[in-house]
Amino acid sequence: MKTVEPFVSTTNACKMCTPLGAAMAFKGLEGCVPFLHGSQGCATYMRRYIISHFREPMDIASSSLGEKDAVYGGKANLMQGLLNVIGKYKAPAVGIATTCLTETIGDDVPTILHEFKKECLADLNGEMPALIHCSTPSYGGSHMEGFHAAVRSMVAQLADPKTAKHRGINLFSGFVSPEDIRHLQDVFAHFGLPATLLPDYSETLDGPALEDYQNIPGGGTPLDAVRAMPGADASIEFGRTIKPERSAGAVLRDTYGVPLHSLGLPIGLRESDALFTTLETLAGCSAPRRYALERGQLLDAMVDGHKYVAGKKAIIYGEEDLVVGLTSFLSEIGIKPVLVASGGESGLLAEAVAAVTEEFPGDPPLVRDGVDFYQIVAEAEALEPDLIVGNSKGYRELARARNIPLIRVGFPIHDRFGSQRVLHLGYRGALNLYDLIVNALIEKKQEDSSVGYGYI
Amino acid sequence: MTTIAKKKKAVQMDPTDVVQDLLKKYPTKVARKRAKQIMVNEAEGASTPEMGANVRTIPGIITMRGCTYAGCKGVILGPTRDIVNITHGPIGCGFYSWLTRRNQTHAETDADENFMTYAFSTDMNENDIVFGGEKKLKQAIQEAYDLFHPKAIAVFSTCPVGLIGDDVHAVSKEMKAKLGINIFGFSCEGYKGVSQSAGHHIANNQIFKHVVGTEGEVKVGEFKINLLGEYNIGGDGFEIDRILDACGITVISTFSGNSTYEQFATAHTADLNTVMCHRSINYVAEMMETKYGIPWIKVNFIGAEATAKSLRKIAQYFDSPKLTERVEAVIAQEMPAVKEVMDDVRSRTEGKTAMLFVGGSRAHHYQELFNEIGMRTISAGYEFAHRDDYEGRHVIPEIKIDADSRNIEELEVEPCSENYNPRKTQEELKKLEESGFKFKEYAGMIPDMPNKSLVIDDLNQYEAEKLIEIMKPDIFCAGIKEKYSVQKLGIPLKQLHNYDIGGPYAGFKGAINFFTDIDRMVNSKVWSYMKAPWQENPELSATYAWE
Repeated sequence: MKTVEPFVSTTNACKMCTPLGAAMAFKGLEGCVPFLHGSQGCATYMRRYIISHFREPMDIASSSLGEKDAVYGGKANLMQGLLNVIGKYKAPAVGIATTCLTETIGDDVPTILHEFKKECLADLNGEMPALIHCSTPSYGGSHMEGFHAAVRSMVAQLADPKTAKHRGINLFSGFVSPEDIRHLQDVFAHFGLPATLLPDYSETLDGPALEDYQNIPGGGTPLDAVRAMPGADASIEFGRTIKPERSAGAVLRDTYGVPLHSLGLPIGLRESDALFTTLETLAGCSAPRRYALERGQLLDAMVDGHKYVAGKKAIIYGEEDLVVGLTSFLSEIGIKPVLVASGGESGLLAEAVAAVTEEFPGDPPLVRDGVDFYQIVAEAEALEPDLIVGNSKGYRELARARNIPLIRVGFPIHDRFGSQRVLHLGYRGALNLYDLIVNALIEKKQEDSSVGYGYI
Repeated sequence: MTTIAKKKKAVQMDPTDVVQDLLKKYPTKVARKRAKQIMVNEAEGASTPEMGANVRTIPGIITMRGCTYAGCKGVILGPTRDIVNITHGPIGCGFYSWLTRRNQTHAETDADENFMTYAFSTDMNENDIVFGGEKKLKQAIQEAYDLFHPKAIAVFSTCPVGLIGDDVHAVSKEMKAKLGINIFGFSCEGYKGVSQSAGHHIANNQIFKHVVGTEGEVKVGEFKINLLGEYNIGGDGFEIDRILDACGITVISTFSGNSTYEQFATAHTADLNTVMCHRSINYVAEMMETKYGIPWIKVNFIGAEATAKSLRKIAQYFDSPKLTERVEAVIAQEMPAVKEVMDDVRSRTEGKTAMLFVGGSRAHHYQELFNEIGMRTISAGYEFAHRDDYEGRHVIPEIKIDADSRNIEELEVEPCSENYNPRKTQEELKKLEESGFKFKEYAGMIPDMPNKSLVIDDLNQYEAEKLIEIMKPDIFCAGIKEKYSVQKLGIPLKQLHNYDIGGPYAGFKGAINFFTDIDRMVNSKVWSYMKAPWQENPELSATYAWE
């Protein structure tokens, strides 16, 4: 096995910073304005990045610290910023994430918020919105750590211990697309299971054109539904690389005894099977016929398309949970994942990849965590991949340089249209990915051919 | 939670009422502060009050502004292709400034280096924050050198760097001595200064200090200029270069669109500095005049007429009949095609209105293009400009230096013992001035704005929505952050930080592109389909739990 030179520096990172993930997650709580405590550039950069992917408004407020505040502390800015955001947006919730600036100077956000609630209640006419905070220094992990930290904070800080038992299910679906969220909601509805999906940015980041503009978009997980999470029948959490201390489901299990079903992101056949099996158990009924049909259609497609995909080699990169799901799926359809890479460093990636690939013959894929694109490209040299699966960031050096197709999944996708409508999850998501992959390979074959074959 | 219902356009609007409307929801203190940055333009007789600008953004107000790092690394050094730029900090800042749409370059040959597709970062982790990141930075510089052997390496500081006391300048100096290439650092921590403008200044100062004048003459030509403050957004620089080339004018360096290290290093060999974006670079023009004796003039290549005017101004400076003749020939050759599109588009855009909130010069320059197709600017403002960009350079002596400005190093410049060479004699300068030629003159945006239009500095998300609701422009110009919220208000938004997929918009061909794009946007039928015939009331005007 070829090893790649270890670099101290990072060249073309395969991860983003923690507060970006937190802002994304906060955007999925109803009426919540994400708020970054730090320099104003953080909010501006992350807004620009998220907006490029979703082509939707994404407001992130900032405490806009200056040099003086960096020296004396950001308390005054945070308090003033909250007052302004709450006053103008009439926001029922604000999600406050820290940045490397405020973590380095050691601002104590929980204490500041405590004082804010005492001192500013009168200014807000006695109506204090929900203030959720999470610690997201950008030197501590990737955007996924920030995402999970924000989800966990929402649960831990909003959960009402006095909630009566109810037959709802808490669903922590992770960093998935708005289309994935809509699909999951349909699945649960068809099972007759009332679900609280957190975070739900399916409308807030994929909103309709309206006659009346709302400066806080509709949609999002209702605050009261999050408050009622301790009373739920069970929690389901997607992601094989979420460490227990990052898990929102673990908070509910450990504090309130809500049973937790930890599953992989349901990408492909087996991971979707695991979800539907769990749902059958929780609902106490068999899966609706439509899903048996979708599963059958997926298998039918896998048979029909096998000739195009069998034996092809793929490089997969992106968030750890996502690449595990994709690796599982590609292995199932006969594609050989030769390299599974992520900028994330949960430490759980190798084990998770092994778990989803062990039943397949041949060498397991190379697994690289904490890598950047420079290293991925270096590894790719010897691997001779036929296709690349990941976000837009691998286009230039991996796909274009080798003249092989890139199947765009995950985040960020800023060189294709409709990123928010890419379906990855469930049998239907697998079918969608399958079509994308097969068609990309057909197109490649067709374009490389000297004959203009119309049948392939 | 507020919804903004669409209103019919108010027929008669008193701009003073609009200002009051914008301010009324603010707490008193905020309203007082914002009132200084919102002015009704008094073009007829009365003088417009002093414009509040370059002051800190109020926390919690969703601003369009970026940070000092963004201005330094993204804007100024972003479009330079052969300097390896290393971001010293946690991963986010380097990632978000990685090859944005603004950064276009044409390397002259395949062998030319282009590092713009890379994002180098020290990717600081918790350990580096606690124990310091200088060692890691040294290694990162060494690694970049070993991999690419570039001419120069630049190091950019992010927020934590200044706080933990890493000395990027000392590290750069040490590595410069060790590796024998030019290495320099920027103290451009995000929290410094009030906006990206501080970052522009920090970047330009360091380029001036460490690079300009370090190499001898490379490009020869009869009429040699530098193009300052032109960032090649949407390929603008390519179009300007095409025109200047056709005129026989040699561009020694561009600061900094499509630029190279060598261009900066030889900038002192030009005979005239032409300034596009006054805000981001006027101080470099001043310093070059003091140090090397190169005079500077303000130009504008946005707008066909403005382009022609700027070309004539350059020709007048060089005082050569040959150049004048060639410039006139180029204008005569280019104008008919522009006119044809302009007249056609104008038949559909005449009388429509625009708002522009962008940049430190752009909100002014683009009014030219809108004028050419009969569109009126009813409100405009800058994101990061200073008072002189609004009111003109004559106010510079009055501008109070605050703590934030004091943060930025003012370079002490004196005539260079080797390379100081006044390009014109005192008599020649005097003669030019007597004929109406203006050196170092910029009158700002306000004198060019229509009477009773609104000038607003550092417009925020809330005010943008309010302004659109009240004034209903036909098009709004800003950036991608504003784009989708404005478009959800039913108003098309033209991106002018980058040009989205459009551009170039500079020069003659650029004007044609702009007219066509604006025509497409303001005359789209899509807005008329918002309500389905079967909808009594449009969807989603529902009330929410918290209302």
